[in-house]
Amino acid sequence: MADLSSNFLGIKSPNPFWLASAPPTDKKINVLRALEAGWGGIVWKTLGSQVKNVSSRYSAVNFHGGKVMGFNNIELISDRPLQINLDEIKEVLRLFPDRAMIVSLMADNSRDSWHELIKKVEDTGAHGLELNFGCPHGMTERGMGAAVGQDPEIARMVVEWVMECATVPVITKLTPNVHSVVPTGKAVVEAGTNALSLINTIQSVTGINLDTLVPNPNVAGKSVFGGYCGPAVKPIALKFLTTLGQNELTKNVPVSGIGGVSTWKDAVEFMLLGATNVQVCTAVMTHGFRIIEDLCEGLSNWMDEKGFANATDFIGKSLPVMTNWEELDINYHIVANINQDKCIHCGLCYIACEDTAHQAINLSYGTPYNTYSIKEPECVGCNLCSLVCPVDNCITMIEQRKGDEYLNWKEFQKRGLPLNDH
Amino acid sequence: MAISDNRLSEEGYKSNFKDIHPPFENYTAAAVEANRCIFCYDAPCMKSCPTSIDVPKFIKQISTENIKGSAHTIFSSNIMGGGCSKVCPVEKLCEGACVYNLLEEEPIQIARLQRYSTEKAIKEKWPLFTRKPSTGKKVAVVGAGPAGLSCAHVLAREGVDVTIFEKEQRGGGLMTYGIAAYKVTPEFCQEEVDYILSLGGIEIEYGRTLGEDVHLHELEEEFDATFLGIGVGLTRTLGIPGEELQGVADAINFIYEIRTKPFNKIPVGNKVAVIGMGMTAIDAATQAKRLGAEEVTLIYRRTQEEMPCTEKELNIAKLDGCKIIWLASPKEIIGLGGKVSGVVCDIMALNPASAGQRKLPEPTGETIQLDVDMIIKATGQLPFEKLVNQNEFFNNNGRLIVDDQNETSIASIFAGGDCVNGGKEVVDAVQAGKDAAAGILNYLNIKPLPTEPLIINPLKL
Repeated sequence: MADLSSNFLGIKSPNPFWLASAPPTDKKINVLRALEAGWGGIVWKTLGSQVKNVSSRYSAVNFHGGKVMGFNNIELISDRPLQINLDEIKEVLRLFPDRAMIVSLMADNSRDSWHELIKKVEDTGAHGLELNFGCPHGMTERGMGAAVGQDPEIARMVVEWVMECATVPVITKLTPNVHSVVPTGKAVVEAGTNALSLINTIQSVTGINLDTLVPNPNVAGKSVFGGYCGPAVKPIALKFLTTLGQNELTKNVPVSGIGGVSTWKDAVEFMLLGATNVQVCTAVMTHGFRIIEDLCEGLSNWMDEKGFANATDFIGKSLPVMTNWEELDINYHIVANINQDKCIHCGLCYIACEDTAHQAINLSYGTPYNTYSIKEPECVGCNLCSLVCPVDNCITMIEQRKGDEYLNWKEFQKRGLPLNDH
Repeated sequence: MAISDNRLSEEGYKSNFKDIHPPFENYTAAAVEANRCIFCYDAPCMKSCPTSIDVPKFIKQISTENIKGSAHTIFSSNIMGGGCSKVCPVEKLCEGACVYNLLEEEPIQIARLQRYSTEKAIKEKWPLFTRKPSTGKKVAVVGAGPAGLSCAHVLAREGVDVTIFEKEQRGGGLMTYGIAAYKVTPEFCQEEVDYILSLGGIEIEYGRTLGEDVHLHELEEEFDATFLGIGVGLTRTLGIPGEELQGVADAINFIYEIRTKPFNKIPVGNKVAVIGMGMTAIDAATQAKRLGAEEVTLIYRRTQEEMPCTEKELNIAKLDGCKIIWLASPKEIIGLGGKVSGVVCDIMALNPASAGQRKLPEPTGETIQLDVDMIIKATGQLPFEKLVNQNEFFNNNGRLIVDDQNETSIASIFAGGDCVNGGKEVVDAVQAGKDAAAGILNYLNIKPLPTEPLIINPLKL
């Protein structure tokens, strides 16, 4: 049996699944339910500046009959009195001493405010702090949240304030609403943050009600940009995560991966690209805390099958193969192959290739079932047909190298090799 | 034993004749199913529909909540797409070809989805088609069944003024008068006909029977062209002793009665034998049972392998508790006091077929006798041979012969549907009506535009 226990900056949890700072970690009743269900740790919903939330807070993007492919919120940080939160945190720590308790913070923009908040929070016995430099709505208009994370120098300054005072590990949470997370990441690492986490939500408009013509969520006839999250943002999160692992400075601190983690597979992917653990929110908001069971079991079974005893055996394992385009091997060539025994004659591969790719699939008309086959000389190995095929392993990509040796673009150009002739 | 009506309570009839294929209750239910569809290219379902409805397109339109577009897609190919969604043997047409069958998964519920869009269109009277200005050309259509209505609709859209002559008091043909009541109600059939006529340019004269109240030469004089969609007539006779006895019924008449009278006014026997195993035989047997017959037995001279009805239809009969005797052929109907009391059947055996032919059933010499008080004949309908011969049409045993323009041997007289093919599905008749309309438009030198795009003025709806 694989060991799922996780150690993040010395903060231990029985598994690498923490609940992200968000509505599910807003108060004791939810958090206790989560910990009873088996969650490894909690990042308590952001405390700090005084706010009041509005009614009508969430909206979603559905896709092809599936609900909440993407999720959006305009909720701000905790709008409950600070002392109630602190008391509840203390109580949870007492009831579940074996779980990680991180508290997310967003103080008003002054050294004193940060110091005061940190002291109060540390008094609860919390194991770590997460700095919310990512919230993309509401707080930014007051110069907080993403407004901090988007400017490396402001972020550096705030982290310096924090590090003057903090005695527990500090995680800085980065916003994805930037061209690159690396400049801010470097600045906060230089300022002393012990770890990074990403991504926070992405500014978005999820959709518009076509009857009222008001975008969602509708607050008394008005709407604002919200923060987008859920399964739809995972690829963006993985990209940003990778860039931290590729930078000489940021790669030296642990990263807590956030952004659309819904299944154990998602979690493994974050960890393979360098995350020490993951944080989850949207998936529990749509299905409840009970998903922790499959997250743990799925991860454990996969680790057993792959022979990984601990998460540290595979964290970052996919990073080295993420390279630059010009390092890719041009001699590598694959062509599609249709398994005729598995084909259900839906024609999706054909129309995708014929209309939008390389006219590399042959159609032989039949009644009622057509037969489709690959024109290998035309196939550029783009994968499109295999991606749209509804049958598992019906279309596979077969390697047919153009040459034995590794050949990259620079070498290709140097040798003056011919480009495509059609 | 006796034949009698009023066998069940009002509730009993209601429950026995309720819709066998319940519709999707709401959009969510339809959308779940619509989203299962993978939107095949050159889809097998579409190719298996005699009217070539673009099934993936109309289903995709349901999933995008473009229900008007969905209904338009269906009606563009099949103006009786509403009725067809209830009566088509989809298990051997679109749904039978669905690629999910190849994954051993349940096929998409195409008929139910089609019903969802078309019922909405009919109920809300969406004007999805517009008629072009009148060309001044006049066409007579004989028979307001699926072939005639489909032909009339295409012609009217192209600006032809159509007059339909219908012998019954209502339109819809077999859809209205010849199909089990638990599949489609007379009320729906009326709404469907009204919806088709709402296009304009189509008049129906009811109670006009060809050869009696209206004659071909009159039509030839008065109209620029004529379409015959006269269908087929009564069931062929068995040609055995006792056929004249009281209690021997024709399935077509039996179903006609059910379609035109209250259920409690339809007499049915205690023990009923239905001869045949086509769709009509199933409709007759199941409805006899649902009207309160104690025992219904289907008798067929071949085996299940050769039966004309689909397995799904057979299962309806089985679930209704109908018994089935394979390899038996009625030899004599026995009577008592002028009334049916039993039927003697030859036990048959199938001779090996010669290449390309059906196996021939032959008597083994053994017989069985069934005690029954009612016999319903459902052994295939006969064409109106006398009418066809009187007018000197080229024909094949009474079935009209048409050319590639669907024109009969008499110039300007076109034909299609059961009167040409001998008796197929409603959906085949609809296509035949479309094909004949194309021939007529060509004959009248009217160039139809390609299917009109759906342009809806939201202010008008």
